[in-house]
Amino acid sequence: METVKLKGGSPLFDKIFKIAAAIAATYILALITLIVFQLITGSYQIWTQEGISFLTGSDWNAVEGSESYGAAPYIVGTFVTAGLAMLIGVPISIGIAMFLSELAPKFLRSILSFVIELLAAVPSIIYGLWGMFIFRDYIRDWIEIPLNNVFGNNVWFFSGTPFGLDIFTASVVLAIMIIPTIASISREIMIAVPNSQREAAYMLGATKWEVFKMAVIPYSKSGLVGASILGLGRAVGETMAVTMLIGNATGPNAFPSSLFSPGQTMSSIIANEFAEASQGSLHMAALIGVGLILFIVAIAINIVAQLLVSRVLKAHQGAVLA
Amino acid sequence: MITIEQRAEFRKHFRNNISSRQAMDKIVKGIVFGCVALAIIPLGSILLEVVRQGAPALSTDFLTQEPGAIGSDQPGGIGPAIQGTLMLIGMSSLVGVPVGVLGGIFLSEYGNNRYGNTIRFFNDVLAEFPTIVIGLFAFIAIVLTFGSFSIIAGTFALSIIMLPIITRTTEESLKLVPVTYREAGYALGIKRWTVITRILLTSAKSGLVTGIMLSVARIAGETAPLIFTILGSDNFFMAFDQPMDALPLRIWRLSLLPYDSATMQGWGAALVLILIVLTLNIGVRYLFLRKRGGGRFRITAGG
Repeated sequence: METVKLKGGSPLFDKIFKIAAAIAATYILALITLIVFQLITGSYQIWTQEGISFLTGSDWNAVEGSESYGAAPYIVGTFVTAGLAMLIGVPISIGIAMFLSELAPKFLRSILSFVIELLAAVPSIIYGLWGMFIFRDYIRDWIEIPLNNVFGNNVWFFSGTPFGLDIFTASVVLAIMIIPTIASISREIMIAVPNSQREAAYMLGATKWEVFKMAVIPYSKSGLVGASILGLGRAVGETMAVTMLIGNATGPNAFPSSLFSPGQTMSSIIANEFAEASQGSLHMAALIGVGLILFIVAIAINIVAQLLVSRVLKAHQGAVLA
Repeated sequence: MITIEQRAEFRKHFRNNISSRQAMDKIVKGIVFGCVALAIIPLGSILLEVVRQGAPALSTDFLTQEPGAIGSDQPGGIGPAIQGTLMLIGMSSLVGVPVGVLGGIFLSEYGNNRYGNTIRFFNDVLAEFPTIVIGLFAFIAIVLTFGSFSIIAGTFALSIIMLPIITRTTEESLKLVPVTYREAGYALGIKRWTVITRILLTSAKSGLVTGIMLSVARIAGETAPLIFTILGSDNFFMAFDQPMDALPLRIWRLSLLPYDSATMQGWGAALVLILIVLTLNIGVRYLFLRKRGGGRFRITAGG
């Protein structure tokens, strides 16, 4: 009886099912189109009002009558924090990936991969809370104040008054947050390097490091770049931890003047000022405009990264969900 | 890649400098160990502090009461936030799971063409969207259209974040089902959609559940999109078109208050949140991924 039931149903059901699946898949495309459309219409007002100076200006004044908006400091702030996070995070991530794919004994390998993925699972808000109440004191007393004492008068990026809530702290926490992403994708890319490459180098008498340098790195270079760029995309879009740690300066003051000065990123200004902006106001349009810029930057970064990573992994095991 | 010309060169190089090369190897290994330690220390510190600072805040009242006046002797609790997070998880799954699974079916069973590749690519791109942008979109599309911050708007935003994760994991797990299963079904004269729903989905069950649980763990910790959609509230659920509270949002608000008691409550809420997220993550890995060696499905927390 069961077979008969399974066989049942006219070919019409087949068609309906296929159409339902196609609609669900098309929904994804529709969403992306709608997001672009809504961000453009939502910020239309600010583009007509400010024009190009919304990108280049640095005034940020929401007082009615003298309203003026320029997003340049936040665009710069986003790139500076994300760039610093990459500078700190990428070498460490590559090191972890090397350990996991080349050096670690098998039992350590699975435990460590698990720990790294847990690090990725901790919500952003908890990184923010930890950074705000715990990490901030350590980084201020152990790193910022000593650096400031030694170099503060001579090197501009160590000047200022270390307070703990600044561009440096935000960047370090951002680095901690992107390490799991970059490390685990890099690990997969290194595992995808054919063993014959390594064996050829071992055969010549190379040490582990030399094998890594000569056989693994050249083979996986573009994938590692892709993994790093994917991490950059994460860092650019990251909101809560940065909002809680960067010190939230506005206007021309938000231009990063040193590592230890408070700053602001595109995502943090939106999160911070959203509650103050009334619906339909120019202020709201300005925030949505910042969102549009953030969106374009993040998407451009991501598309490049996806293309690089998937090209490397496709041959090995198909693309990864990153 | 090592070419034949390089080989002679390497061989010559390797004959000399053995001690310095081995020293270099040791140094690099040391640095690599250092990298691993540097990544584990923050995780250890976060887990330790959340438990140490959060545990004293926990009590039945804290978990069930509405927020009271901070600083008074009735500090209240995070009841509405817990209720909100659970409701958001449930409602977002109600939207995100069916659409995501259907999308995954399309990519795996009907998507071996140009249109399928396009969707696959944009699905991966959508998975990496800054979540704050998705929040802004839900704000414009739902909150501004219907005129109020609501749990509906929050559900809409979170379901968009879930969708690409579920679509991807569904596709990957359906592709793991051997083609002979499909052929056996067709040989019996079973219709294609019945083969998919009765045979393929059943075989790929563990992969599907993994994807769903990981996407739930991801949205449970999302904060940024909620600022623009559910707004936050001190009350338990009242109506679907009213503002609502959620754990991540409550943690943020508490962290901004300059009182020690608020900070302690924030840590307490963080402990509850991290328990939910890590239970889902560790549970999934323990139940399902172990067999397959893991690594295929990865999930990270966002905005």
